[in-house]
Formats: sequence, C-alpha cells, structure tokens
Amino acid sequence: MTTKLFGEPVQRREDPRLLTGQGRYLDDLGQTALAAAFVRSPHAHARIKDIDVSGALAVEGLVAIYTWEDLPGRAGQPLPLLIPHPALTHGRTAYPLAKDIVRHVGEPVVMVVARDRYLAEDACALITVEYEFLKPVVGVEEALRSGTLVHEDVPGNVGAHLVQEVPSADGRGAAEAIEAAPHTLSFRLDIERSASMPLEGRGVYARWDADDRSLRVYTSTQSSTSVRMAVAATLGIPLPKVEVIAPDVGGGFGVKIMHPWPEEILVPWAAITLGREVKWAEDRREHFIASAHERAQVQHVNVGFDDQGRILGLDVTILHDHGAYTPYGIIVPIITSTQLLGPYRVGAYRVEFSSIYTNTVIVTPYRGAGRPQGVFCMERTMDRIARHLGLDRADVRAANFIQPDQFPYDQGLIFQDGRPLIYDSGDYPETLRMLKELIGWDSFPERRAEAARQGRRLGIGLGCYVEGTGVGPYEGGHVQVTSDGRVHVSTGLTSQGQGHETVFAQIAATELGVPLERVSVVTGDTRRFGYAVGTFASRAAVMSGNAIALACRKVKEKALRIAADALEADPRDLSITDGVIHVTGDSRAAIPLATVAVLSNPLRYAFDEESRRATQFAGATPPDRPPVAEGDEPGLEGRDYYSPIRATFASGMHAAIVETDPDTAEVKILRYAVVHDCGKMINPLIVEGQIHGGVAQGVGGALYERMVYDEHGQLLNASFMDFLMPYATEVPHIETAHLETPSPLNPLGIKGAGEAGVIPVSAVIASAIEDAEGFPIDRMPLSPSELFDLRADHGA
Amino acid sequence: MKPPPFDYHAPRDLAEALAVLAGVGERGKVLAGGQSLIPLLNMRLAVPEHLVDINRLAELDTLSVASDGVTVGALARHSRVERSTQAAAVQPLLRKALRLVAHPVIRNRGTIVGSLVHADPAAEMPAALTLLGGSVRLARDGGEVRDVPAADFFTGPLESALRPGELAVSAFFPALPPRSGTAFHELARRHGDFALAGVAAAVTLDESGATTSAKVACIGVGSTPVVLDVTGAEPDEVAHAVRGAIEPDADIHASARYRSHLAGVLATRAIDEANGEARRALDHTGR
Repeated sequence: MTTKLFGEPVQRREDPRLLTGQGRYLDDLGQTALAAAFVRSPHAHARIKDIDVSGALAVEGLVAIYTWEDLPGRAGQPLPLLIPHPALTHGRTAYPLAKDIVRHVGEPVVMVVARDRYLAEDACALITVEYEFLKPVVGVEEALRSGTLVHEDVPGNVGAHLVQEVPSADGRGAAEAIEAAPHTLSFRLDIERSASMPLEGRGVYARWDADDRSLRVYTSTQSSTSVRMAVAATLGIPLPKVEVIAPDVGGGFGVKIMHPWPEEILVPWAAITLGREVKWAEDRREHFIASAHERAQVQHVNVGFDDQGRILGLDVTILHDHGAYTPYGIIVPIITSTQLLGPYRVGAYRVEFSSIYTNTVIVTPYRGAGRPQGVFCMERTMDRIARHLGLDRADVRAANFIQPDQFPYDQGLIFQDGRPLIYDSGDYPETLRMLKELIGWDSFPERRAEAARQGRRLGIGLGCYVEGTGVGPYEGGHVQVTSDGRVHVSTGLTSQGQGHETVFAQIAATELGVPLERVSVVTGDTRRFGYAVGTFASRAAVMSGNAIALACRKVKEKALRIAADALEADPRDLSITDGVIHVTGDSRAAIPLATVAVLSNPLRYAFDEESRRATQFAGATPPDRPPVAEGDEPGLEGRDYYSPIRATFASGMHAAIVETDPDTAEVKILRYAVVHDCGKMINPLIVEGQIHGGVAQGVGGALYERMVYDEHGQLLNASFMDFLMPYATEVPHIETAHLETPSPLNPLGIKGAGEAGVIPVSAVIASAIEDAEGFPIDRMPLSPSELFDLRADHGA
Repeated sequence: MKPPPFDYHAPRDLAEALAVLAGVGERGKVLAGGQSLIPLLNMRLAVPEHLVDINRLAELDTLSVASDGVTVGALARHSRVERSTQAAAVQPLLRKALRLVAHPVIRNRGTIVGSLVHADPAAEMPAALTLLGGSVRLARDGGEVRDVPAADFFTGPLESALRPGELAVSAFFPALPPRSGTAFHELARRHGDFALAGVAAAVTLDESGATTSAKVACIGVGSTPVVLDVTGAEPDEVAHAVRGAIEPDADIHASARYRSHLAGVLATRAIDEANGEARRALDHTGR
C-alpha cells in the first residue's frame, strides 16, 4: 500500500456516513431540548409601539417569552461589528432582539421558548406587536435619492465610502489616461441579490451545566472558535467554561461565517437563564428573511483603450447594497473592487465604492464574496472592447494578461486582508490556450453557421478570474500519535461538507507515512483545538492543510529521534512506511510508530501489555537522564501554525456555448468548460467536486436566482417555489482541465479551490448570450421573459 | 414552519370518510397525496380545523381503463397512471401531461384527483381534463353522487365546484377518438416547475384527412384552463387566436406580454405536433 496520498483522487471518507443518514446535523441533536421560535418583523421599517404577549400565555407547554427589555448587560447591546475598517465610518449592527425600531422584514422582535417547536410557533402567532410604519428604503439608487434614512444618524444612507487609485506607469490618473486613450466606452451594469442558501439552515443548541458552571454550544457555523469568544464575552462566562462545537454542517457557502447571529447569543442565554437545554433550528422562511444575502451591485464603468484593446485607464464606481446593518463590515465591496482586475494589468485604475443601507436583509459574503460582481464588470468590459474594435474576444484578453515572467505581480491595491494585492504565481496565457482548445474556440464559427442553417441560434462566451485565497491571519493543526498507532488530527476551522476529513488525512498520511485508515480528523470543535479563524475565502486547505503538514513534520522529527535511540541508528537514515520506522536498507531494523508513541510517554503505571515497555523499571530511559528530557514533552504529538505573509492567488478561465430559442427566448447551456489552476492539488476528485458545485451556483446566479423585493421592502419570493435555484436538470455537464502552478508562499504549494467554480459564471453566460443575440447583456440574472423584452428593445 | 393545531381524522372506508366530511363541512380539508396541502399547512396559509386523511380508503386506489376512457380513483398516484400502458393507449395525453407534473418523487405521492380539486391554473391535469371534456365525480354522505363536467368544475384560481362535505372520488378522462393526435408543450423556468405558460392540444381528422376538430387548452395564462377551438385555423393563425383569447397576468417570473407571446408559440408547436400524430394515426389505419 502506498502512503504517498497527496495528489491522489481519494474517495471522500465522509460520504458513506453523510449519504446514509448517519450525519449528525444540528437538528439531529438535543431531541429533548426546549424549542425556540421567533416573532419577526413583518415590516421593512417600523417603530415598535407595543408588544402584547397576553394572548400567548395560555398556550400549553409555553416556557418563556423574551423581548429586548429582558436582555441583561452586553446581551442587550448591539451585536459586534466583526471587521472594522477606517472607511466604514457609519457601521451599524442590530440588537439581538429589536429595540424600538425594526429595519428589515425578518428582524427578530420576540423570542419564545416552549416544549416543542409547534407550540412555540403557536405562541408566536398569538403575540401582538403594534408598529408605527416608517417609510422603507429599497434599492441603492433609491437609498441615495430619497430623504428617508435607514438609520437616523447615517446621513445619505452611506455606511462606507472608499476610493483606491493606481496611476499608470507614466504617472497618469485613471481619468486622465481614459481621456487620452484612442477609444473610450462608458456603461452601466446591474447584478441582482442572491444568497448562499445552504441545504441546512442555521441552528443553535445550548446546554448549561449548572454544577460545573459551564456552557456547551452546538451551532451550525463556519467559525466555532470565534462564536465561542463572542458568547463568552457577551454572556460574561470565563472562556475556559465555554465549548463550541460545529457538528456536521449541511453547507455554509459564506452565510455561516457571519457570527454571532442573534440566535447564537439568545439561545445560550435562554439555556442559562432557564437552566434547561434550548434549541433553535432555522426554517427556510427564516433563512430567506433573517440570514444574509449577497451580490446586489450597480456598477458604472469608464474605460479607455488602444487599438489592440489594451486597457489604458479604467474607472469603476460601485454602489453596493449592504442591507440594514453592517456586522461583517465592507469585505464584499473591497473584494469586488480589488479582484475586479483579474489576470490583467491595466494602465491606470481607479475604483470607488459606496456601501449603502437599505431596509433589506443584511449582506455578508456568499461563495465568491464580491468576486462574481467584479469579474462580471471586467469581463463585460473586455467583451465591449472587443466588439468596439472588431477583435476576437480571447485576443483582447490575451493582450491585457500579466505575463508568466512578471510574478510576483503587485496590483498596487490593498486586499481584504489589509495587505498588498500581490499575485504570487500563475500562467494566464497557457490557461487561455487550454481553454480555447477544450471548448473549441477557433472552430466555433463553423459550428454556429451549421446551427444557423437549422434555424438554431448559438453563442460562445468566456470569462477569466483571479481569486485571492488562503487569507490569514492563521490556522493551526494538532497531530497526535497514540500507542495504538492511530493518528489523530485536529484543526480549529470547521467543515461544511468540503471533504476535510479526507484531504487533511491525506496530508497527514503522506507526511507521517501511515495508512489513511489510521488517520482521523476532527474540525470545528473547540474542545480539541481552541485557536482558529474559520472556513471561508477558500482558505481551509491552504491554511489548515499547511498547518497540519507542519505539525506532522514536528511529530515525525520527534518519532525519528526516539526511534533512532531505540534502533541505535542515525535519524537521517530512518524513514516511515505503512506506520513503521525502519533503517533504510536494513529491513530487520524497524520499530512501529505505535511503539515509538509508547516510548515517548514515560509511565509509572502500566495499563496494558504495550505500556509496560514505558514504565520506570523497564529501562526505557538511561538512569542518568530525566525520563522526559529538558525541553521535551511527553507524548508523540505536535502542534504548529501556518500564518502566511499574504494571500495566494488561484486563477481560472471558463467558457460556455449556449443556445437561445428564437421564439421562446429560452437559454440552454450546451457546453461548459473550465480550466482551473489552484496550484498543487491535494485531491483532484475533491477539487473537481468543488468546481462542479461552484458552477452550479454560478448558473443559479446567471439565469435563475434573485431576491425580489417590492417597494415596501417585502421579499416576494421567500420560498423554494419562487426563489429559483437550479436543479440538477439545469446544470450542464462540466468539462474540466487543470493547470498546476504551485504557490511559492506555502510549504505544500497549494492555493484555494472552494469558491473558484462560481466566480466567472455570470460573466461567461452573459458573454455567450450576447454573442448569440448580438446586443449587449449588462445585467444578471437573465430570465427568458427579460431576454424577450431585450429583443424587443433592440428590435431583434 | 409548523402547522397550527388541527383535528386529524383517519376514516377506514368511504362511508366513514363521507360521514366525517359531512360533520366538519367547510372546516375540513381532505388529505390525499399532500403535495400542495402540507406546504400550505406548514406555512400556515391553510388553517383547517379538521384534516380528513383518505389514504386508508383502498376502494379509491383504482385505475380502470375501458374503451371509452380512463377512470382514475382519488388515491391513484400520478406515477401509477403515468406508467400505465393501457391508460396511455386509450388516452395518450394523460401520460404526456403527467410527465410534465413536477418531479418523480412528487408524482409518487401526489394524486390526479387531488391536483384537479386543488385547481391550480398553472397545473397540467385540469387542462388535460378540460381539453378532453372529462368530468369529476363528487360524492357526499347519504349516497348523493354527481358528475361535474370539467368545463363547470374549474371556477377560479384554486377554486372548484366541490362543495363543503363533498369528496371527489374519481375523474374520468375520455378516450382519444380515431385519427387523432395530442400534445402538451410548456415552458417552466426549471424542469418540473409550474409552467410560465403551457398548451395542450388535441386534433381529430376525418377519413379524408380533413381536420374535424382542433382544440387547445392553455395553462398559466388565466384563472382557469383556457380552452380554445382552433378548428379550421391556419397554422400561423393559431398563435394569434390564442393570444387574442387570453389575458395573462405578470408575476415575478414573467411579464404578461411574454406569457401571451409564449402561449402563442407553444400553441403553434402543440397543434403542429398533435396534427402530425393524427396524420400518422390516419396513415396507420389507412394501411
């Protein structure tokens, strides 16, 4: 059996458990816990005049009803603003339960705890909240135009305003460079709201041990360590007395990196207050109106370029809709405005965004996190330039590429981690060459002509992106070899189905030379690892993967040292295969890792046959040395951290061939091709799965998903019947090819892959529809009805 | 998303079910496949005091195929009828329509009669029944039974001629006449969704090949299925006739103008396909 598992398409080890109903998700836990439910605001903007709970008091099984007035100390204060930024001059966050004013439909007003969820909802229905209506603000342009304020003390509804400008090499600003350019274009782009929409919503289950004065919280989160700190701080409990565990999590896609959600404070607080276990599992309607959305932006583009289509100056103004509050700061528009540049070097760049309050659900990162919008902007620009000049769209992109010999390449901007936006590696010309070959770019005109002869309308499109992955500050890994020869890996960040149990085990198995079956992995459990940031920004493999590799190297170094003593050999002559340390070239001189684990921990007490070898009369250590050497520790374990200087930049290019029905305006994706470069792949099977899932979500954003708010701030499609996520039947077969340009920044040479699939899809589909139809596509998503209307507008 | 309290009744036979329904009247709702009712309950959009579960009524789990048509009992699931080759032989439109109803898992539970009683104007089965001139059999406690023609059964969006205390026990789909063809074309945003618009068509020819009857039933473009006789219309006139007969509403998925345009396109396609099928049937019997 080989133990060189890094890079192998190992089947996901978690799948048999998850696919046969053996997963333990939040709502599988705490079957006897009390249930919480919430009365949520039915209005987008209103003042609470009175809350009358008397009607609910007769509900059998009711345990408690709480409003803001019941919340003590910090629990009654506004929730934290997680990521402060100097440009976020008017950051505002909600109270866990609304105080005086509600600012979006779905904001929690009253918490009910009852014997079960049915009764809790019955009680909710009997509580009357009297509101004084306030005028709602819906849509960013309305927010800027109207005199109505979402927050009385935020003038103009502008929460943040940020300008970044990079002059051209000859010192020109963007405006000047554009004005001096031989060709210029100006246009507007619109991107709709969508949402992460994981299969499992949010959920919290809390147990208070009154004897031990300790709290255990299970929550469906992407960051258990940070929820732990937030709960401890807000409820005033010593940190060591709080444990937070992310059980199996049925998808996150970003929405669960936001924390602490009101419920993550309220449910533990209620559990402590009542001395009872309390659980809340979000239902789908709550997820639509009380979690988070993303994507919505309006963009204004000015671009100047030369005869070859090279961009001499680019000026983009972004209006970003962040909803009613800004608990996650302005990460999304920062990413849009920096990652917009993709694989290109532009002459001069100026980007300005305003992040704007509206009376809608909050906006926090959703897979891609601002990049789909940025890529939509840049790639629409590339297509416009090509059309203006009559050039091939791929050639225009190639003319603007950063070349392989220009890395590291400094874009001159500040990225989402507060550090310079410097690309570490990549090969964009080769990626494009591979993509054109995969999709058949050069032979497409014949295919189009052939289809046209049959009365069919085909178009081809492409899109390129660069994704900063693996942002810091750090992650850690802990690796322990126990005396049974098993390897226990833990890391603090969480899993939402990505396959961490498989890839982290592959890394450990490869580093330690043990069979995969002997390695177990635990993530997101603060009992096992207390220091972590979280799973987001395509960072788990880069961050925890490298930390685990480094921890394994410490363990291996110690194992070889102990084995060298036992075998009277030089550690440099030793290697580990199948869990056995042996002297190279001498098959008799060997010692199992399990035995080394025994020897690493000097014992007084023997509890089994193996452990006898480590006791004080067994002669495990010479009598003239302390059993544990100075500077050493008992046990065969290691802990290490990986903290990168900056993000590592993955990249990729997608292309699609679509068919548009001349009569019904239906759009069918006939082919979808992906060339993807995430550096060294730990597991190509899992990378492909990530791409497939991402493309599926991208197809949703391109053709189906939007949050439809009316002018009153009511979300009109808050169900799976009317919020259209693509089914398997709407997702095309995805053809993939890989390029591996290792990252020079980390020991494993890897880059993140989690978000890649979704990023360029809207841009690619728009490009292909535009090619089929012959008029500009400047908004996404696009329904058949809208395409029909666009045809009428363009007289097509 | 949990339903409010209700009394649950699980009658063992039809007589008991009708007695219970007579007792609860308009405060009761019948549970068959539950594919529409359960979500409505969970969203508290329907708040019946009594739920009468007819799933134990084996006498309603019937599918009988005769030369004059197909009779579908109230507990016959979509999937059972969809898979019946006998039913498809007598009335091919049934299978064509059923394959457009949602997804297999929904068709495994949902019932045809339930879909008819639910009377969603975007649903396929009400259109098929209306186009074919079928009927729904309603029973009530005391032995009273009435057959309501489809044309009178669908009275509005989610509204039917079913009265409180009545139970729809079966539906009758007439057989396809000789030298005839059918088709069902629709466009849904996603596979299996309710259609933005849909058109069922049935065409019958005489022995000389002249069209004696050509009809369409449109869904998603009115408060009930809109049936239109287009006998004698040239192919390019069908779309025009349909667009003139409907007044679709706009919603978040499609504009009224698009729906109207789409219904015309689909009607042309459906008539064309039904016509082709009828001609093949004529050629077949001719030989």
